[in-house]
Amino acid sequence: MKSFFAYIAEIFSAIWSLLTGMKVTAKYFFTPWKNVTQQYPENRDTLVMYERFRGEVIMPHNENNEHKCTGCGICEINCPNGSIEIISKSIVNEEGKKKRVIDQHIYHLSMCTFCNLCVKTCPSDAIVMGQNFEHAYWNRTSMTKVLNQPGSKIMEGIKE
Amino acid sequence: MAEIIEKFISTTDQIKTDEYLVNMGPQHPSTHGVLRLLVKLEGEIVHNVEPHVGYIHSGIEKMTESLTYPQIPHLTDRMDYLSAHMNNEAVCLCVENALQVEVPERVKYIRTIFDELQRLASHQLWWCASGMDLGALTAFFYGLRDREDILDIFEETCGARLTLNYTVPGGVMFDIHPNFQRKVKAFITKFKKILPEYDKLLTGNIIFQNRTKGVGVLSKEDAIAFGVTGPTGRASGFSCDVRKHHPYSAYPLVKFEEKLGTDGDSFMRWKLRMDEMWESLHIIEQLIDNIPEGDYALKMKGVIKLPEGEFYQRVETARGELGVYIVSDGKKNPYRVKFRSPGFSNLFTINHIAKNWKIADLVAIMATFDLVIPDIDR
Ligand code: SF4
Ligand code: SF4
Repeated sequence: MKSFFAYIAEIFSAIWSLLTGMKVTAKYFFTPWKNVTQQYPENRDTLVMYERFRGEVIMPHNENNEHKCTGCGICEINCPNGSIEIISKSIVNEEGKKKRVIDQHIYHLSMCTFCNLCVKTCPSDAIVMGQNFEHAYWNRTSMTKVLNQPGSKIMEGIKE
Repeated sequence: MAEIIEKFISTTDQIKTDEYLVNMGPQHPSTHGVLRLLVKLEGEIVHNVEPHVGYIHSGIEKMTESLTYPQIPHLTDRMDYLSAHMNNEAVCLCVENALQVEVPERVKYIRTIFDELQRLASHQLWWCASGMDLGALTAFFYGLRDREDILDIFEETCGARLTLNYTVPGGVMFDIHPNFQRKVKAFITKFKKILPEYDKLLTGNIIFQNRTKGVGVLSKEDAIAFGVTGPTGRASGFSCDVRKHHPYSAYPLVKFEEKLGTDGDSFMRWKLRMDEMWESLHIIEQLIDNIPEGDYALKMKGVIKLPEGEFYQRVETARGELGVYIVSDGKKNPYRVKFRSPGFSNLFTINHIAKNWKIADLVAIMATFDLVIPDIDR
């Protein structure tokens, strides 16, 4: 007889344990404003990433189409994946001296692991991490980018 | 009629099914990754489990041989991706030990807070994923929802959510974000209210208890013999917390308890991780207000060269003891790197403890083992 009551008690305690869990879910069911879902593709215009977010490597240019990259190649050496290729060219400046400057700063987005080492080691802070994270492309070649814009040149006062 | 039934029942006792092999994985949702278990079954009873690893082998140990020391940590993010910060820290501590440099106090505090936040995030994901394995899908959403708060804190300070690469040899990559302390404190307050909710939702649940209590018992002797570490080992009563026994970073400064279990069954492993979450909150609380002023990184040489020799450093990740063994021949790349990953040793006890349980119990055992497959394969 005793085991029978124990059996019944166990059933009730089991049901109670299930109801306790249900209470938690019910609380959230009836307070939907506590939910935290973001409607992602719709909220694109208002979506702000954190400033340090590592989306891609970019090279900021000022309004005169000038950047800070000297073409030193330090970022290329420090990149663990070989995602950066520096192609430099030599030009003759106004004083008639030969000088090596950056021709193309090639960045392979497809090989980048967003480790931030290139940005951290760049001596002239020429590259930064961008906020764009939508990196879906139709073909692979569009993932290879040239970071310095065409016709851009180096800013005044950046020491080589 | 009764005769026929009786005859039928008596014959079913004698029916012997053949043993047969089932491949659980490599693409099985409850293996949490590409792990293949070759399970020998008789009916529903598991007779033998043979884990086959290597499906996601990425050759990280070999790759590190061609990288310089500042480049290595970012690869270790990809090993145990839920303990990315601890992996980074292990490599950095090993390099710092080899160079015999002392990082500033501030760095130690920041690293320890990040360790514990990462542990919380990892245990939250483990909680929700193993809830899902055992049929509680609601848990999955709740766990991910709360993990988001930690990931946001990470993202604000380090710029990444999962593959942090925040620790560099000699310090951390950036200083903490001005909002960091405020946000962590807000998170602690919030999470202290949420943790009892987790308990209500699952720990007390009768179905869950019946599926985990007494299932897959790992004895203390076996835990030691198999080299099981982390919460899995501690649930069997094996005191193996690296934070206590070989303290690093700011762990010598904080007070915390090493939780030990007794039974070593699935429920104990579950309970232990829940307790560990409380301890982690406790550790963060002690540190978050006292982060000392100072530099966030030492000035290191452009090219770091370790002296010739062998160096070993261990840390406690969310899964157990991670060891980093670096052999250096004095160049800027290591000669050989070996990672002792906790998941690997933990996984191979599975044959021992899952024998003679049902196949559904095997899932429960795996869920409470908290396996991360890239950590096993490296
Ligand atoms: S981006 Fe910076 S590190 Fe890279 S080549 Fe230009 S100046 Fe040098
Ligand atoms: S973020 Fe890392 S992987 Fe990407 S280009 Fe820079 S150094 Fe290379």
